Amino acid sequence: MDDFILRAILAGIGVACAAGPLGCFVVWRRMAYFGDTLAHSALLGVALGFLLGAAPTFGTMATGIGVAMLLVWLQQKRDWSSDTLLGLLSHTTLACGLIAITFIHGVRVDLMSYLFGDILAVSNADIVWIWLGACVVSGLVALLWRALVALTVNREIALAEGVASHRVELAFVILIAIVVAISMKVVGILLITAMLIIPPATARHIAKTPEKMALISILVGCLSVASGLAGSYRWDIPAGPAIVLSAAILFALGMISGLVRGDQRYG
Amino acid sequence: MNEDVNLIEASDLKVSRSGQVILDGIDITVGSGEIVTLIGPNGAGKSTLVRSLLGLEQIDSGKIDRKADLVVGYQAQRLVIDSTLPLTVRRFLTLTGNQTDDELVRTLELVQLEPTLDKSIHVLSGGEMQRVQLARAILRSPDLLVLDEPTQNVDINGSIELYRLIQETRDRLKCAVIMVSHDLNVVMSATNRVYCLNNHICCSGRPAEVSKHPEFLRLFGQSAADMLAVYTHDHDHDHGPTGEVRPSPNHKH
Repeated sequence: MDDFILRAILAGIGVACAAGPLGCFVVWRRMAYFGDTLAHSALLGVALGFLLGAAPTFGTMATGIGVAMLLVWLQQKRDWSSDTLLGLLSHTTLACGLIAITFIHGVRVDLMSYLFGDILAVSNADIVWIWLGACVVSGLVALLWRALVALTVNREIALAEGVASHRVELAFVILIAIVVAISMKVVGILLITAMLIIPPATARHIAKTPEKMALISILVGCLSVASGLAGSYRWDIPAGPAIVLSAAILFALGMISGLVRGDQRYG
Repeated sequence: MNEDVNLIEASDLKVSRSGQVILDGIDITVGSGEIVTLIGPNGAGKSTLVRSLLGLEQIDSGKIDRKADLVVGYQAQRLVIDSTLPLTVRRFLTLTGNQTDDELVRTLELVQLEPTLDKSIHVLSGGEMQRVQLARAILRSPDLLVLDEPTQNVDINGSIELYRLIQETRDRLKCAVIMVSHDLNVVMSATNRVYCLNNHICCSGRPAEVSKHPEFLRLFGQSAADMLAVYTHDHDHDHGPTGEVRPSPNHKH
């Protein structure tokens, strides 16, 4: 097997492992648009990273965390709905990113590779970043799992019974920013939310508990990466979109098999 | 049970949100083993008061003393769980605790539910959900059971049965109970104190006393007072889970 394919598989699996369990919370808490907003801010992070001489992954994480904090602050003012605020931040940061990237001289920035990913060009350094990020995310999600599930099922119950909500929710937002940063190279800014949403949604067809849904979503994510890369290799189609498309096909298969078995939806 | 120990003691509590006063001049005490019911119209600040007592709301002024290491069991109002979140009865019962299946089954039987731990929470009826919630709160062996409108979406016979379960639970666990209710016609006869709330405490006392209080009558009218009075009489019978009448173990007549 070619080296670049092996690197692509390693990178993709790292992202799938981190995105699956965290993505479950994005689905349960209806935060898809939030994931999208952080993804859109990633380009600004890349630009700032270049301009300040930091690694793009680091710049993306920092920008994502900054945008998340700004959102929390704006939400507390209660003047606008979350939906509007997300739309505002999402497109403003994307616009800033597109402008900022034109200020970078000397380094050729391949805009397309950031927007749509370039998994076949990941370097060994990228893989280290991805796996480092994936380990931090998985470890913290495991640590905060019970608290996060309790807060997701019912915030009032969790708070009344002593779950430390602020710390846990802050950590959650930071974790999403990390996943966005490490996923950028794999599927690109415009498709990152897909890795957070589609594998968990597929896992929901089978899972009976939150824990099983998280584990199954990791498997579905890995399967999407493997089949997407295979398709990309076989038919010479772009890898990032191929991975997302395979994930969507797996979701459709899950839905069809549910219909065939005559399951009550989400019983 | 030591009646002298107060679990929560709040004095001169004031809470406002965006310039609007929600609670003002509230004095309230919850003693151990006591059943306290908060009634009042919508927007009276009942939930805000409970949340303040638990330390979940920022208060403007006043003082709240809570017993150290107070274990709270909380029953949420109208619990709706997103259908994208798969949850079995077992997983819900162990949401903030870690109990064995044996304990779970025993507690489900206590609240007269079929002990099927692998059943999805999404297929339960409103009344079953309230019982599962009660079971979950009980499993924590709380010092204080907080029930936010426990009989919402439950019919009147179901409500009376639920109140009986709550009273039994209090007697068995020796815990205190704070209950929020806008259900005026069925205030538990076992309630030690009713606080009638409308941003301030209009009146408080035993259910029968409160129902005769002029402030209560002004707020809710005579018909509510009549109903309240009816249901503060001792019941001479119980209702089974399906509403059938059966003799009460503590028949008073």
